[in-house]
Amino acid sequence: MSEAVSKGAGPIRRILSEPLGVVGVVLVLVVVLGAVFADVLATVDPSSISPRDRFLPPSLAHPFGTDHLGRDLFSRVLHGSRIALAVALFATAASLSIGIVLGLIAGFGPRWLDALLILLFDSVKSFPTVMLALALVTLFGPSLTAVIVVVVLVNVPGYARIVRTQTLSMKDADFVAAAESMGAGFSRILRVHILPNAIGPLLILASMDIPVVIAIEAGMSFLGLGVRPPTPSWGAILNDGFTAIRDTSWIAVAGGLPIIVTTLGFTFLGETVRDVFDPRLKVR
Amino acid sequence: MKPILEVNAMNVTFKVGPPYRRQDLQAVAGISFDVRAGETFALVGESGSGKTTLARAINGLQRITSGEVIFEGKRIDGLGRSAMRPIRRHMSMMFQDPVGSLSPRMTVGDLVTEPFRIHRVEADLAAETQRLLALVGLPLEFASRYPHQLSGGQARRVGVARSIALNPRLIIADEPTAGLDVSVQGEVLNLLNDLRDRLGLAMIIITHNLHVVFHVADRMSVMYLGRFVESGSTQDIFDAPMHPYTAALLSASPEPRPDRKSARISLPAEVPSLLDRPNGCEFHTRCPWARARCAADAPTIEGTSRRVSCFYPLERGVLRATQEHAK
Repeated sequence: MSEAVSKGAGPIRRILSEPLGVVGVVLVLVVVLGAVFADVLATVDPSSISPRDRFLPPSLAHPFGTDHLGRDLFSRVLHGSRIALAVALFATAASLSIGIVLGLIAGFGPRWLDALLILLFDSVKSFPTVMLALALVTLFGPSLTAVIVVVVLVNVPGYARIVRTQTLSMKDADFVAAAESMGAGFSRILRVHILPNAIGPLLILASMDIPVVIAIEAGMSFLGLGVRPPTPSWGAILNDGFTAIRDTSWIAVAGGLPIIVTTLGFTFLGETVRDVFDPRLKVR
Repeated sequence: MKPILEVNAMNVTFKVGPPYRRQDLQAVAGISFDVRAGETFALVGESGSGKTTLARAINGLQRITSGEVIFEGKRIDGLGRSAMRPIRRHMSMMFQDPVGSLSPRMTVGDLVTEPFRIHRVEADLAAETQRLLALVGLPLEFASRYPHQLSGGQARRVGVARSIALNPRLIIADEPTAGLDVSVQGEVLNLLNDLRDRLGLAMIIITHNLHVVFHVADRMSVMYLGRFVESGSTQDIFDAPMHPYTAALLSASPEPRPDRKSARISLPAEVPSLLDRPNGCEFHTRCPWARARCAADAPTIEGTSRRVSCFYPLERGVLRATQEHAK
């Protein structure tokens, strides 16, 4: 693709011109629409227990079958996507904002503060995610908040490091000095001159992080460290299926498939976004 | 007439090296000069002679170690960012790298009108964009372009437009012709000359290019290792340089007129390190005319309108004699 064409076409069209991007967009759309229209598509209450309908295989009434309590799995999967997407969006947004602030402080602040923050980021990063999750849940108990806190803790260092590096590379740039020499204040330099140049790599990282966040949520719920039982979560469904795998495989499939579809969809989308916005990073 | 800018005995010292072996690097050493309205003052010197540091120090981007900077009768050295803001409105700066000094995500229109937004000046920004682009000779459709789509000369024009946006009283231009074709250099210099005459502003031009100096400057100073070695009117200095270093610089600059051909004075040895300044006259290690006294005592810059820092300043005769000798 020539420079002029790639500059001229809008980013969405450029994403859709890549086969991987199309697959990603379709998969993500399926999941997002399922979450938005969960109430319309799944007429059965995801938490209603019906002991007579336990372990039913997929049928017209129950497209994904039922679990050990007779709950409709289709409905639980759709409502579970709300949890997954909500965690992904909220936690990523929170990590981004905190990461930007900490990154700016590290980049612009005194050298000792920078060193301290880097030490902090490295310490957090050195914990395996599951160990960190276990430790936090031991302290605060399992909940959706715990999941989000873990995700934010794990993701903030990545964003903060990018912002810090960008800030360090730009704070002595001529265009920043030029802005200062015209009388621009600190906040204007940050808002108008530094952040817009750092936002590209941040968005790429965020789009690549979303599948990771979804996997963390499912993983923690699977281990019983995430959302509390009656609430439908893909990880919890997967765990139900895991305990009943000798009787039926449907439950495990119902819990696992959406995780696979969603993470694949967001990964494809993320990789395409990266290739479109930063062709230098393309791995071929 | 009172000068717009006065610099008195300015020193800028950097601390370099690891904490256990801190060294002082004196980038600007005891510089004094002034600039008046409608006048162009040129600072000449090799790379590393402290020209850019001096410019940044005047604007307050670089803190000075001692001395005074007086702008329109007010001391401005040591002022904080917010105290400098109203002053910076009247003192604009052009940086060496024409493209690099433009924020990459802003359009040309946003760039030239940024001073209005910074200083919250009520204005019709569209009309101002039109006026400023016309003033520097850029077509209006450039307003929606980004810096990476501009050539060096176009980016320089944007820089000029931006620096004159709020009718400053002083413009400091750091290498305004660096990286430009000779024809574009001429256009930019004519533009600066023209603007200076029309707007009556004072201008400081920092350059190592003597043709630029000859073309635009009324007065000039030659810098060596952070010090002025010679100051005076451009005409006088070009006619008869008094400091050996100035003479060497002038002789090294390519001369387009064959009838004016002069012998080149080649300087032996490298420029000394700022961390290891020579004793006595700091130029004696490279001076073809150095005598015993030059290594022992340090000369000070003396004179009123024409100032030179040398015990044995050149006169036409001396220079000629050496040229004969060189042949």
